[in-house]
Amino acid sequence: MSTITGHSELDAEPSGDSASTGRRGDRIFSGLATGSGIFIIVLVVAVAVFLLSQAIPALLDNKANFLLDRVWEVNDSELRFGIPDLLYVTVVSSLVAMIIAVPIAILVALFLTQYAPARLAAPFGYLVDLLAAVPSIVYGLWGFFVFREYVEPVQNWLADYFGWTKLLEEPVSLGTVFLASIVLAIMILPIVTAISREVFAQTPSTHKEAALALGATRWEMIRTAVIPFGTPGVISAAMLGLGRALGETIAVTIIVSTNPGAFRFSLFSGGETFASKIANNAGELGSSTKAGAYIAAGLVLFILTFLVNAAARIIIERRKAFSE
Amino acid sequence: MAQRIDVKDLNVYYSSFKAVEGVSMAVDPRTVTAFIGPSGCGKSTFLRTLNRMHEVIPGGRVEGSVQLNGRDLYAKEVDPVAVRRTVGMVFQRPNPFPTMSIFDNVAAGLRLNGEKRKKVLAERVEKSLRGANLWNEVKDRLAKPGAGLSGGQQQRLCIARAIAVQPQVLLMDEPCSALDPISTMAVEDLINELKTEYTIVIVTHNMQQAARVSDRTAFFNLAATGKPGRLVEINDTDKIFSNPTEKATEDYISGRFG
Repeated sequence: MSTITGHSELDAEPSGDSASTGRRGDRIFSGLATGSGIFIIVLVVAVAVFLLSQAIPALLDNKANFLLDRVWEVNDSELRFGIPDLLYVTVVSSLVAMIIAVPIAILVALFLTQYAPARLAAPFGYLVDLLAAVPSIVYGLWGFFVFREYVEPVQNWLADYFGWTKLLEEPVSLGTVFLASIVLAIMILPIVTAISREVFAQTPSTHKEAALALGATRWEMIRTAVIPFGTPGVISAAMLGLGRALGETIAVTIIVSTNPGAFRFSLFSGGETFASKIANNAGELGSSTKAGAYIAAGLVLFILTFLVNAAARIIIERRKAFSE
Repeated sequence: MAQRIDVKDLNVYYSSFKAVEGVSMAVDPRTVTAFIGPSGCGKSTFLRTLNRMHEVIPGGRVEGSVQLNGRDLYAKEVDPVAVRRTVGMVFQRPNPFPTMSIFDNVAAGLRLNGEKRKKVLAERVEKSLRGANLWNEVKDRLAKPGAGLSGGQQQRLCIARAIAVQPQVLLMDEPCSALDPISTMAVEDLINELKTEYTIVIVTHNMQQAARVSDRTAFFNLAATGKPGRLVEINDTDKIFSNPTEKATEDYISGRFG
């Protein structure tokens, strides 16, 4: 503004915008806000530095190929470890959980926002949120000791008919990846539902009316207006759920039996995820050489979760031009 | 394909609240009828009963009858979805589907009707965009988002979307209230062209607009806040603006209240 009118008093102010008054309250609050912002950056960097500093020495001592070799022999004299099995079980269990949970979550969210009468929607919503309040150890115990009995016939049936695919070969383990996936699906259902419900509820009524005025039925209105509007939000919700599933530790540790024999691709075998591998061997973490191997596995999980979030960002960003 | 509308003793309710009372009127095919009146007088509410859009709001219902070429829109066997495919609507704020391209916005109604043939869709989209005086402005960017257009272009896009399904009546709820004067002029010109094919009913707060575009004008009013809105009088636009029958109409159009 002063470029037009020449020099003004405002130009003398060296920094800050005209809304900052320099009063004590303002200074304290801006200090707190800025401090918190810096704190979170420091925290993330510190986590990354910690993981790297612990993992790198172990990785340098590793006699096996970290990314390709199917071994995990760590003792104080020699380190031979590789992650392909862990990566496979982690990714597959989480993906199957997503495939089960996301469609159900979307349907529940659509029911709550578009179909349920208002006085039913609120209590029903709380009920779904309540699922998130169950501690994961309870899910683990329930999954292994109660739910397993009901899943086993399903596994056997699938193996009978689709056993010829590597993915569904007949069960050998008690606690299978498949069972863990279903329990994980239940565990991520509340967060995916809650966020999907939020975004669907925010669909502007002008969009919904536009569809209805064209002669859309309720389902067609949902398809034309509500779902397209909510898609970026649902993707974020799914990614958050995926992040939770990838890192879920105690439930998976309890449910999935460690593999007795050779590695199998089947969902109906046991195995370990990054998180359950670390939890199963928590006793060995006292030695820093051995701990390094497990922290290297943790580092991969960290990177994996980061990539998932980045992918979600990219998907949402790409749709931006169409979502204003 | 334009059709006449006959309304008889229509009351509109939202739950127990009576929003509009005792409206009777006839609208001839291929005419433009404007509804004017102060805010809250029920003109938009009444407009929405002509394609059963008021039922979208929980508790919305009517008593009385609305006939389209002699068929009662509120007969038991009539599906509101079918009514809305016959009676199109354009809203106050331009509301193109934000996730859809310009082409898909116009094609949306056709696709809802089950039209899948690419060639037919392309023809109808072009015809509708031409009909809405928008074709020349958008023909090179049909795949771009509809939300990227200016406000006036968006509103004409919405009109194109509404006429793409070839409705028999076109309802417009203050279609220019969010537009600048130049875009308003473009939409008004469009209304003049569209009336050769469609029966048009338009709600407007702008009396000059009513005078410019309409053949007939209906004046709505309400006795007091919280009381139902009523139709005070409906007559030829010239007559309403030069020599209205009712005192209330004269007061309103001469700016003495409202």
